[in-house]
Amino acid sequence: MARGDIKFYQFLLNGFPIILLFFFALTGYSFSFNIFKINISFNCVHLIVFYWVLRKPEMLGYGLIFFAGIINDVVQNLPIGVSSINYLLLCVIASFFRTRTLVPNLIYDWILFFIAILIVSSIHFTVLAIFFDENIRYGALMSTAFFSFLIYPAVAKIFNQIYLLGLKQEHAE
Amino acid sequence: MSTESSRDDFIIAIRSAFLKKGNRQKFSLFTLLIISILVLSLEYFKTGPINQFRSFTKDIIFRGSYVVSSPFKYVKNKYYLFQDHMSMYEEFSVLRDKDLDLDSLRKEVDFYKSENALLKKLIEERDLFSKEYMLTKILLDKQSPYLKSLIINKGQKNGVKLGSAVKDRLYYVGKVVNVNFLSSRVLLANDLNSKIPIIIEPSGINAILSGNGNDDYAELEYLPKNNEIKENEIVYTSGSDGTIPASIPVGKIIIKNNKKYVKFFSNLNQLNYVQVNK
Repeated sequence: MARGDIKFYQFLLNGFPIILLFFFALTGYSFSFNIFKINISFNCVHLIVFYWVLRKPEMLGYGLIFFAGIINDVVQNLPIGVSSINYLLLCVIASFFRTRTLVPNLIYDWILFFIAILIVSSIHFTVLAIFFDENIRYGALMSTAFFSFLIYPAVAKIFNQIYLLGLKQEHAE
Repeated sequence: MSTESSRDDFIIAIRSAFLKKGNRQKFSLFTLLIISILVLSLEYFKTGPINQFRSFTKDIIFRGSYVVSSPFKYVKNKYYLFQDHMSMYEEFSVLRDKDLDLDSLRKEVDFYKSENALLKKLIEERDLFSKEYMLTKILLDKQSPYLKSLIINKGQKNGVKLGSAVKDRLYYVGKVVNVNFLSSRVLLANDLNSKIPIIIEPSGINAILSGNGNDDYAELEYLPKNNEIKENEIVYTSGSDGTIPASIPVGKIIIKNNKKYVKFFSNLNQLNYVQVNK
């Protein structure tokens, strides 16, 4: 591989969480589809923010998370600032658990993720319903949180592999 | 003693989560949370420089989002094109078997139009709404379980007004809910927050069409209890809100489990260009 290609590959691996975060914030993509008349969708930004802040906080800055929230609000037509608050609260919870955890454990992270998204979704619903008088489908919000929770272990494994690839590339240099 | 130390640990962990700047972090979470709350509180200012700045920021973000989403939009369009192609023969057979007799229908419509104009003149009714529409391109198509809206490429600069009706060919699809300098947001009729006054013909019953997040049909609110609305009756905008022009076809009545819904004429998932009322 040419030196320029290696640099680019390294940049992709190191910037992977940031690229992914801004991609989902800008497109508002939620992998929404229907199976047996059940709408399945995932909150990918929650998955990205929680995993990277909990496990590899040095790879995803809080300032970038804040900006991703602002972009997401504009794209999703939400009051500007709501998503930033949600994402930052998710960071607070992840950061709190990181300081309290000695040995990383996927099952433990999984349960914590469920608690975290329940708290964040509740705050999201409360802010929109009370302060901005917006209609939200509570069922859709909860089902998205539930399906995001279900895929967390798989996503965490993929993210971990990508992180290890980045490390391997760094050591190879 | 141990309770005290665990409480101390807990407080230290919370303080560290909020205030500690981690490795390569430029801001603490506490600072950013305060900034977010301040930004959110600015949402209450709907006029002045804050609004202009918001409009400018939105325009930039929408263009960025358009560029990032374009490959996916291309794939989606190709998918629908393929689907259309596959169902072409079936549609052709249905149309061939239908006795449309378009010529006589057109003459009938022309007759009703002139009769309507004459009657309006008799009662001295003035037309409050402009009949002019401008064609706009859809930049973004946000269809998630929470939001059904479109971003169009025309805004304040092109004369788009808040509340204007948006049509796909002849049919009503939504209304403008947010106008920026170079772009606008259209809330589709199937969005949960969409409520529009409609009239059901020929029974002449007024109601409110309320979006339920479904792509194909919406619900009817404030219908009279003992109504005699039949399946396939046509739903038009009534114009009674003073912003959406009257008589734009929206859809037709369908009955599911004894409940009446409105099936949209337009496929809200496959819009590329729409017309905005000037």
